[in-house]
Amino acid sequence: METGTTVNTLKLPLILLAAAPLFAGCQSPNIYYWGNYEKVVYGIYAHPDKFLPEVQVQKMEEDMHKAVSAHKPLPPGFHAHLGYAYFQLGKLDLAHQEFENEKRQFPESAVFMDRLLGNLEKK
Amino acid sequence: MKTRFLFPCALALTLTGCVAPYDYTNFRAHPPRSLLVLAPLNESTDVRGTYGYLSGVTRPLAEMGFYVFPVAVVDQFMKENGMPTAGEMHQIPLNKISDVFGADAVLYLTVKQYGSKYQVITSTTTVAAEGKLTDVRTGVTLWEGKAIVQQSSSSGNALADLVVVVVDQAINSSTDQAHNLAPQVNAQMFMTKDHGLLDGPYLPKEKPQ
Repeated sequence: METGTTVNTLKLPLILLAAAPLFAGCQSPNIYYWGNYEKVVYGIYAHPDKFLPEVQVQKMEEDMHKAVSAHKPLPPGFHAHLGYAYFQLGKLDLAHQEFENEKRQFPESAVFMDRLLGNLEKK
Repeated sequence: MKTRFLFPCALALTLTGCVAPYDYTNFRAHPPRSLLVLAPLNESTDVRGTYGYLSGVTRPLAEMGFYVFPVAVVDQFMKENGMPTAGEMHQIPLNKISDVFGADAVLYLTVKQYGSKYQVITSTTTVAAEGKLTDVRTGVTLWEGKAIVQQSSSSGNALADLVVVVVDQAINSSTDQAHNLAPQVNAQMFMTKDHGLLDGPYLPKEKPQ
């Protein structure tokens, strides 16, 4: 038992040292509520059959509610991505609204959002 | 005790750790607000490298205070406009990027290594990447960096390793283990002091708790 304790004491710092890089990304508190956004982006490519636009919309609409409860803003690109998923589903009014939301939250997106809004007008 | 045997031993190597701090003269002269992240070139042997890595890039950059264009929408938009591969996207002239996206800077990424290798009783997953940030208006390089993260299933206990490797191989055949390391690679590449990016405009001066 005593030997075991010694080993544990020796090993613990090593384990912590080894684990430190795992938490490197989590040190600073988040500005944004991330929810499913990254999973959705990954899923579109890794599991395209499971992450159809309707699934993306469902997951991201959930995130919008949860972000409000968490009192955190949604991340850059979130509203644009959701708008694009609405566009793919033919829900053009909602797509329009989300592209405008992206522009309002992040004016840096204006040139690209205006281009996507222009494409909606042609539909 | 059992859980500890299964705890993966992570080994992070900071390639830039022992050289002089990055020269941020250009970055400070043209501090970007918005970053356009293009699909990375993939030099690894795993086709999943491109998007398994790309999907983990937005978060660290946004949390450092930059506007990051929606990576999947940008990728889809380019494909619809005649640029189906990352190689073609990386060739787009900067004035075109300015016209279409209005981005301040473009981040060109390359996945150097991505995936798992199996030795007799261990498996090692490696992700390595390089990045270059270019100012859209002037074409000057604002920043360059690289990072590599390796994770081994070895615990130093042969019997436990045998159990781990059997479990690993069962999981590895269907899952993309390297994808889980992408956040660490990006944290290392973008957030390491004196070698990563400088803070973006949305980073609060007083960090939220």
